[in-house]
Amino acid sequence: MLVRIAGPGLAITYLSLLVLLPIAAVLSKAFSGGLGALWSAVSQPEAVAALKLTLLCSLGVAAFNSVAGLVIAWMLVRDEFPGKRIVGAIIDLPFALPTVVAGLTLLSLYGPDSPFGVDVAGTPFGILLALAFVTLPFSVRSVQPVLVELDREAEEAAASLGATSAVTLRRIVLPSIAPAMLAGAGLAFARAVGEFGSVVLISGNLPFKTQVASSWIFSLSQSDDLSAAAAVSILLVAIALAVLVGIGLVRRRFNVDESI
Amino acid sequence: MAASVPLLAIPTLLAAGPASAASGNVALVAYSTPKPAYAALISAFNSTAAGKGVNFSQSFGPSGTQATAVVNGLPADVVNFSLAPDMNKLVKAGLVSASWSQGSTGGMVTNSIVSFVVRKGNPKHIKSWADLVKPGVSVITPNPFSSGSAKWNLMAAYGAQLAQGKSKAQATAYLTQLLKHAAAQPSSASNALQTFLSGQGDVLLDYEDDALYAQRQGEPISIITPPQTILIQNPIAVPKNATNPAAAKAFVSFLLSTAGQKIWGKQGYRPVLAKVAAQFSFPKPQKLFLISSLGGWTKVNKVFFDPQTGVIAKIEQGLGASTSSG
Repeated sequence: MLVRIAGPGLAITYLSLLVLLPIAAVLSKAFSGGLGALWSAVSQPEAVAALKLTLLCSLGVAAFNSVAGLVIAWMLVRDEFPGKRIVGAIIDLPFALPTVVAGLTLLSLYGPDSPFGVDVAGTPFGILLALAFVTLPFSVRSVQPVLVELDREAEEAAASLGATSAVTLRRIVLPSIAPAMLAGAGLAFARAVGEFGSVVLISGNLPFKTQVASSWIFSLSQSDDLSAAAAVSILLVAIALAVLVGIGLVRRRFNVDESI
Repeated sequence: MAASVPLLAIPTLLAAGPASAASGNVALVAYSTPKPAYAALISAFNSTAAGKGVNFSQSFGPSGTQATAVVNGLPADVVNFSLAPDMNKLVKAGLVSASWSQGSTGGMVTNSIVSFVVRKGNPKHIKSWADLVKPGVSVITPNPFSSGSAKWNLMAAYGAQLAQGKSKAQATAYLTQLLKHAAAQPSSASNALQTFLSGQGDVLLDYEDDALYAQRQGEPISIITPPQTILIQNPIAVPKNATNPAAAKAFVSFLLSTAGQKIWGKQGYRPVLAKVAAQFSFPKPQKLFLISSLGGWTKVNKVFFDPQTGVIAKIEQGLGASTSSG
């Protein structure tokens, strides 16, 4: 009985200390220079360009990795092949690798000295590559458990009624895993939007061309303009939150328990 | 009642604190480049009478980040930054006395210069600042809003134009050309070196000591001394709230002594002591100028590097407007 009262209370306290208080602190810092300073910080051309680039790249990567993640998860769940265990284990490696190391590695693999002859350093493609690398685990791991639990009877029934694989995929499988894919896309998007270490090296960090929002915010903080840094951060958080809420609303359409 | 006595004893025990004069722990907070130099300097200091038995905790990182950390409470007995404005952050926060720059060396412990780092053998024959803006030449310099090193680079470029007799307007136009030729503007000096070593760009603007270190590590680079360049001066101080000021001051004295300066010189830093500097054969640029000849850091930071109104911000916005796809 005590746990039922204390449980939610403790959870809210933990959530507040860990998430809400820091965000409130950034919010308060953003307004500390006044509304005029806040507006000039978020409307500055560098900030606008960086935010645009970050949001476009993050959305693109979240969408692409949803598909790639589904394919990889499907392969891990439904197929048998030698080395499957190893592939399953290394999916999480991008989580474990420090982002700075990831950045250096990506630069040496896909920069001017690339052993594959692929040079995307200093271009937005470098950014997309880095973001795809760090967000892939989200896309795979959010879909994999749902695929495992999926009841094959519906698929087999559809096949016996003459449905092609494409139709089965579209009308039976996808609606069941769509909520999980969207959840994974949301996580991937949120991670991509804030990513710094792995992106900043391969992107070349050129203002207006390849500078991401996190890098511009870092520049503002290093130039001692903390209220401007906070202002741009809050805008980034607000937009990310709006996208996540939007994804949540779309998930609702599939009538899934929102507690996932 | 009985329980309160042990509690009262605790502050006394804590206040009994460390140490006699030169012993105990010294917390060194420095910018990232001199990490290998300090390894040599600390072991040399430990073998002197003044430094025997002194332990060091060391923290290295980008100069601006380190300064902000100390202002926000990072304990430091000795602080060594790559440019004076980072020391002034501590002065503003009341952690370092405003007279830090009054000493015999102006508060500086090492000098360096802005150099050109090119591929081994200098295939593109980069010799002067004019060569940097020739067609087909791409430059790597860090982003000036997140890196102190980049500020030295750009002021060296600007000052070099003035030293060649150009007007301020022409010097500003040169900076526009230079930034147009930038293939990348990495967020820090160490990222810039990594970017250059990964194969991007034809020339990297960097501190001479950083370039010399990379060369000693076997990187395939050549170092070109520009005919006109700026003297980089790195400040050092013992903060007012140092927990071990005696050992800290002894260490700083060692760093400024002949023995210490000799080790700095071997590590690629230009000694601030003239008679030690004379023992090394660092390249001599035709024109070497100070930041003070360009107005000093306070003025330069405001005029050039304000992220919203500065000259560099305006240049970047102009370049962005002409190249962004909208």
